[in-house]
Amino acid sequence: MFKWLEKNLPKIVMAPAVGLIGWFVYGFVLWTLYISFTNSKILPKYELWGFGQYEKLWASRKWLIAVDNLLIFTALFLIFCVVIGIILAIFLDQKIRAEGLLRTIYLYPMALSFIVTGTAWKWILNPTLGIQKMFRDWGFENFTFDWLVDREMAIYTIVIAGVWQSAGFVMALFLAGLRSVEDEIVKAAKIDGASLFTVYWKILLPMMRPVFFTSFVILVHISIKSYDLIVALTQGGPGISTTMPALYMTQTAFHKSQVGLSAASAMMMFMAVAAVIIPYLYSELRRENAR
Amino acid sequence: MQDSLKSSSYQQLEQKSKYTNMFLRWFLYFTLILFASYFIFPLYVMVVTSLKTMEEIRQGTLLSWPSGINLESWAVAWGGRGYGAGDTFLRPYFWNSIKMVVPAVFFSTFIGAMTGYVLTKWRFKGDQWVFLFLLFGCFIPFQAILLPMARTLGVLGISNSVVGLVLVHTVYGIPFTTLFFRNYYVSVPTELVKAARIDGAGFFKIFFKILLPISAPIIVVTVIWQFTQIWNDFLFGSTFSFGEAAPIQVALNNMVLSSTSVKEYNVDMASAIIAGIPTLIVYVLAGKYFIRGLTSGAVKG
Repeated sequence: MFKWLEKNLPKIVMAPAVGLIGWFVYGFVLWTLYISFTNSKILPKYELWGFGQYEKLWASRKWLIAVDNLLIFTALFLIFCVVIGIILAIFLDQKIRAEGLLRTIYLYPMALSFIVTGTAWKWILNPTLGIQKMFRDWGFENFTFDWLVDREMAIYTIVIAGVWQSAGFVMALFLAGLRSVEDEIVKAAKIDGASLFTVYWKILLPMMRPVFFTSFVILVHISIKSYDLIVALTQGGPGISTTMPALYMTQTAFHKSQVGLSAASAMMMFMAVAAVIIPYLYSELRRENAR
Repeated sequence: MQDSLKSSSYQQLEQKSKYTNMFLRWFLYFTLILFASYFIFPLYVMVVTSLKTMEEIRQGTLLSWPSGINLESWAVAWGGRGYGAGDTFLRPYFWNSIKMVVPAVFFSTFIGAMTGYVLTKWRFKGDQWVFLFLLFGCFIPFQAILLPMARTLGVLGISNSVVGLVLVHTVYGIPFTTLFFRNYYVSVPTELVKAARIDGAGFFKIFFKILLPISAPIIVVTVIWQFTQIWNDFLFGSTFSFGEAAPIQVALNNMVLSSTSVKEYNVDMASAIIAGIPTLIVYVLAGKYFIRGLTSGAVKG
């Protein structure tokens, strides 16, 4: 008995982690998947109902708006974060004075919660006392900046706040990538007469392919899950114009008590994340095995 | 050869490139400072707004300097106005968050350290698959587990309680803490462990005598990561708790959204800063470790 215990001690120590993840991650995802095939309302029902909830989901105007918003948000969020992140990383890499201070400033938003961020931006963007008033008081009397309360434009305020929060992170990833390149490569290119621009555009940035890939995966992942920021900034409004899938899911589940339908929306999000993550994990593992 | 190159035209060229260089430098600093102001702007606005009276807020602009250091909105945000019903303030929720963060960080870090230790130093057939199995937990969108989690907490009788949130955060922290410790212990030479085993040291003795003493950096990274994630969480907090058991981010959101007669932006901003200060302090004091955690585990989002 004692021998057996000693021999299997490592596995026993590991059991809680495996058990908890098995139950709370895999078990729960499977439960949600099952419920998405039933006609559950307030309480879960266990008779199968086929793809009814998914049909309902994709016929719902609110869900289509949510998906539309997600696509707009993801595209802009990605582009701005990556472009700003790269510019800042390359510029910081030029033996800049006070680099440490600047880096700290660019990255501190990552330490704040989206609720804090959202609260701050909501105050800045509100038309009565925020930026709009600031410019009008400065003499630009016709200056208008009321995106926060404009159905068409409100989604872009979420982009502004989201980019503010995450661009510094992309900067950190690229800076680490640039710093890991051997100095010799850059020196050799310069001796051959390449300008600084060419060195970055033709040599260093192409070498950053894995960093692009990582940033892409992380940013898409953040945007699919984005929930807090929308709650704090617009609550999905005005009307339902800034609804996103994560918000749709919780509202359908906990305010409208449509458990089956919300499970279906959760599974759609799950599949979207899987489509991005699985190739990423696969390539990472291959890289690790190749080492 | 060298000398003949230094003709007058070469010197001209050098002169010219000096000017372009200077221009580039200016452009560089200008851009960097421009972006720095974009990033600092909201924090500045939050701080000055929290120090103004509502009268000043209506008269001045976002950027205008407060007339004095007026801490009243901070006092109201933290301790309320002192009348009974409807007086919401952050103090009790701040403590809720502390009571939630401390045990959740401890348990998830401990479990992660143990699991990472087994996965790297007591390897067995298929351990790579176990790691992959756990790693996948980093990536799931939590919407896919919210419904069953709500029911489970109800069945266990710990819904709407700090204990329930400790459980949730511990469980969903394990994939990250395991990832951190596994990647760190992989680089510790296994010969050390083998030698100790030959000397007769057991499973726990090896962990506490050999691995734990050299684990300080990764423990710092893990604790900071978990602390930031759990402190800043809103999804779990708002789904599984309300009223008195809510953590601070939920309370902040409720305070800001509650539509009482007059909107008090100064109190809102003071509240937001209070909710953000603990993680900001950690970031300023231990930025290096914060960034290290971020770049190796940031897939959580």
